[in-house]
Amino acid sequence: MGITFRKETFRDDFTFKNSPEHIRRFPFPFNEDAYMYAVNIEPHVVGPKGSVLENLIDVDEHYVAEMQDRALVLAEDPLRCQSLPHMTLAGWDLLELLMEQQALGYPEHFTLERDGDRWHWINRPLGIDDTFTFGDTSTLPYGPMEYITRQSQGDFCILDQRDGNLWMDAGMVTTQADWSLDFDIGMNFFEWHAPVPLAHEKGIFVRALKFLTNIQQGKPARRLNWTMTINPRLDTSPENYHKWGPDRATVTPENVGDKVHLRVELQSFWRLPRSNGIVFPIRCYLIKMDELVTQPKWARRLHRVIRDLPEELATYKGLTRYRPTLVEWLSKLDDGSATSPGFGPD
Amino acid sequence: MAAKTIISRPIYGTLSPQPGKHHLFIADAEGALAITDMAGKAPSGFFDGAEIVFIPSPESKHIAALEALKPMQLHVAPSFASLLPRLKQTLTNAHMGLRVYLAGTEGLIGQAMQVALEAGIDHTSIETEHRGSLARRMQCVHCKGITENVTTQPATCSHCGLLLLVRDHYSRRLAAFQGVCINAEDRSEIPPIEEAFP
Repeated sequence: MGITFRKETFRDDFTFKNSPEHIRRFPFPFNEDAYMYAVNIEPHVVGPKGSVLENLIDVDEHYVAEMQDRALVLAEDPLRCQSLPHMTLAGWDLLELLMEQQALGYPEHFTLERDGDRWHWINRPLGIDDTFTFGDTSTLPYGPMEYITRQSQGDFCILDQRDGNLWMDAGMVTTQADWSLDFDIGMNFFEWHAPVPLAHEKGIFVRALKFLTNIQQGKPARRLNWTMTINPRLDTSPENYHKWGPDRATVTPENVGDKVHLRVELQSFWRLPRSNGIVFPIRCYLIKMDELVTQPKWARRLHRVIRDLPEELATYKGLTRYRPTLVEWLSKLDDGSATSPGFGPD
Repeated sequence: MAAKTIISRPIYGTLSPQPGKHHLFIADAEGALAITDMAGKAPSGFFDGAEIVFIPSPESKHIAALEALKPMQLHVAPSFASLLPRLKQTLTNAHMGLRVYLAGTEGLIGQAMQVALEAGIDHTSIETEHRGSLARRMQCVHCKGITENVTTQPATCSHCGLLLLVRDHYSRRLAAFQGVCINAEDRSEIPPIEEAFP
């Protein structure tokens, strides 16, 4: 039967919503009542049916609307998609990975047929039916990375591995939590993470880099990251911060439930076979407070996490202006009772 | 000497003579003094294979001191922009083993580094020494325009006019620090403007 794709927007009238089934499958990122950085990386293996981990590349009811929003962002600002000249082979690696995974997980929506280098790709939700020669960029309407990431949910960074480091040398980044691909492209792992507070001192990035440079083909890994966004806006880029920043001053006790969204990134890390690069998909999930608190455990736990978050982290995540209003609103849903272990709802 | 703050921010050293026959120095203003200081440690004949490219301050100081080193070539340029075509040509035609030394303001070091990187020279093989003004070269993350010689915090973008927080986050590829709107959430908040990078 397949997925029923929602018609919705991530800008202007903000009609984005989660269906009740999608609320239950939301990747809630807190497994205890407090949050601090950790190298929370684990093997990216298939998870329970009905969860966002049912397939390693998740396609959900927001797919078509997200791809339409990406096209709007790219039309306004083509610098959101860049690839340094030595990264084309890695782009083909990524095209193969995403076509294979989407066709495997969602055969009713995507089909990949291969006859040697002649590939036939059908993407039914977006009405695409293309035949091309794998490895020959002239047979596609865009470069391989741009072509496939215009058809895949989430941002994608392709990292080149050399000198014992990872280099951000290509990416499609239109749904980012406030970092600029155009500024960071060409930087190494420590450089592009330089603005993150506290984590360098804790040795987080040294350990994470060691882990990532050892990732093997066929053994991807994943971690969750989170922040909050006012309105279900995918494009919270620094480029447009002067346009979306004022949203943060619009939160009132009356509209918290509708305006404030938890934004969770499912980050995964995959070794690419030909280029030996790493691709780093950053899949963004949004849920408004009204939807999240339909799960009482999540409401109680989120209240405690946001209330007790260290000030530096709250500032870095941009919560400062509306945190008191949010905590006050959530406190009414927290009766102080214990929360069950684990991420999932009760 | 600029203080180290975050990891993407460049760290500068002290010029020291490297082994090799061919040396290219690029310096502006007080950067000349980094070269003359280094000359004391250089073996005899070192400058026989050296080209010095120098952008003097408006008072035209230090040219004579550089001439006194008797480099193979001394080229004095009025600005970095005017120097750029020559510099690209020099680096394109350079032989393996050319040593590159950059000295002076961060803007000069960053832009010369950018040209050297484009020519395929690894940034870790380039000698750098910061001298003189702490003024920053800043890219506005919003309109992408570069504002030169930023000395204040916050600073106004010379292209789009937004008031920008000058971050320590630095891109070698752009040779610029990142500027991000400081009052995006409420434009009526105007923080005091201080002389931060004299």
